Amino acid sequence: MGGVARRVPLVLLSSVSSDSHTWNLVFLQLLLEEAGHQVVNLGACVPDGLLIAEVGQRRPDAVVISTVNGHGRVDGARLVTALRSHPFAADLPVVIGGKLGVSGPDPATAEHLLRAGFTAVFQDDAGPEHLIGTLRAALEPAPVGAR
Amino acid sequence: MIPGFGAAVRAAGSLVVQPRMGFADPAAMRAGLLATRDARATTVGTITVDSYTRVGDLAAARRAGASGTPLNGYPIATADPRATADVLAAAAFPVQVRHGSALPEPVFAAMAGLGLAATEGGPVSYCLPYSRVPLSRSVPSWAACVRALSEAGTDAHLETFGGCMLGQLCPPGLLVALSVLEAVFFRAHGVRDVSLSLTQQTSPDQDLEALHALRALAARFLPDVTWHVVLYAYMGVYPRTGHGARALMADAAVLAVRGGASRLIVKTEAEAHRIPTIAENVAALELAAAVAATTTPDPGPPADTGLLAEATALVEAVLDLDDDVGHALVRAFAAGVLDVPFCLHADNAGRARSHLDTDGRLRWSSVGGMPIDRAGVARAPRLSSTGLLEALGRVQRHYDSMEEDRRVLGDRPRAAALGPA
Repeated sequence: MGGVARRVPLVLLSSVSSDSHTWNLVFLQLLLEEAGHQVVNLGACVPDGLLIAEVGQRRPDAVVISTVNGHGRVDGARLVTALRSHPFAADLPVVIGGKLGVSGPDPATAEHLLRAGFTAVFQDDAGPEHLIGTLRAALEPAPVGAR
Repeated sequence: MIPGFGAAVRAAGSLVVQPRMGFADPAAMRAGLLATRDARATTVGTITVDSYTRVGDLAAARRAGASGTPLNGYPIATADPRATADVLAAAAFPVQVRHGSALPEPVFAAMAGLGLAATEGGPVSYCLPYSRVPLSRSVPSWAACVRALSEAGTDAHLETFGGCMLGQLCPPGLLVALSVLEAVFFRAHGVRDVSLSLTQQTSPDQDLEALHALRALAARFLPDVTWHVVLYAYMGVYPRTGHGARALMADAAVLAVRGGASRLIVKTEAEAHRIPTIAENVAALELAAAVAATTTPDPGPPADTGLLAEATALVEAVLDLDDDVGHALVRAFAAGVLDVPFCLHADNAGRARSHLDTDGRLRWSSVGGMPIDRAGVARAPRLSSTGLLEALGRVQRHYDSMEEDRRVLGDRPRAAALGPA
């Protein structure tokens, strides 16, 4: 969980470094806001260092990476590996979704990204309700007595 | 001797059709260019650059090459120049490099080394939609690249991408203005042969009016430059069915010919699913050419609903801001005189909003600070995620819901059934 107590969860929304597409980000911002989150949308072509700095400064409750140019498997794995190396991001819900490879959805891609450190992976065939459901579950306060 | 890109389009007796195409492997790129050249259509070729090269991450492009990671385009800046030269020599027809770079130095430098003179983009259209580079950096970068290209030889040809921007939900009066302004920018930096783009959107009538406005403003603002208009087949969420994709592509060809465009960039049946194969691209080229062959240009101008006036006001307002058109563009966006709806770039004011009317025309819900007549603005309810998806998916749903056995070419067989070329 983010280190800041908030009534409205803050989600950092971003693409990966090589991806210039933005309609996915415009849509997801609206979707996340409708689901009750505050959203900071970093836009397209976000360098790894910028995303990591924004996470460190803003301490979001979750990070959503959306990418559709087919390079997500490579760029996402590199990004989350670097992000998880920072203590402030070790336990953060960080998810990725979109068109993650150049040939369509692929279980090996999901597994690769989960092993790299993503909390969840949503490939092109996943509906947006899965993202909202996953975030709701990840952002729920831990029950009394757990951990 | 391969003719220059612009000259080849002008010399063509029919609509020139062109794919988007980029494969990392030179042998595949070569095969794609040859198949494009040999298609049953009047064609020009494309080398689409990969997205690492587009953003200037040449190290990543090199690493991908070394490790065999698939790239989504041809890494023209890091590929062996001799291999690329062999590909171009084998193709032996006009080729345009397509990229998407806000800071296009690596692409232009690679082109110079290869003797390639035709490319596309612009300081606004490859900056605001696709990068986080400040416009104040993109403008001087593009100015220097354009000037160097114009000084390298007489075949320099630049196509504006401003007629597309985000590819959806932009009322075309603004697209026309941006396309004209980028062409004026190219001319200011020495290029004498240009093309002005416009993308097919949700209303054929509105698009015809936009094409007419684009040609009128090109004639007015580019009197000493040779130019032609290029139409992009729909750049938004594409039909998922084969019949829907083909019908949309056919309508793009009709629109191009009726509206006086000289060149059309096609989309394939694979667009909604993945990067197209060479065969899919050839099928799209041949379909577009076959449909264009049975279409004639409109004899007179379309009904005037005010689109030319809107585009003219925008162009004039920007050019009034500064004698240097590049500086004028920076000041225009900073002041909100230009404002692209749904564009996330920090230099875009982000107050303009558009919506899809029931008749399929794109209309302003809010014009922000743009000098557009507010009397006709219809402020729609705040856009929801569902509303956005509905608008983005309108074309896909319309074409996918058409009856499957509606033959695009009447009783003629599909181009692919005609046998090998």
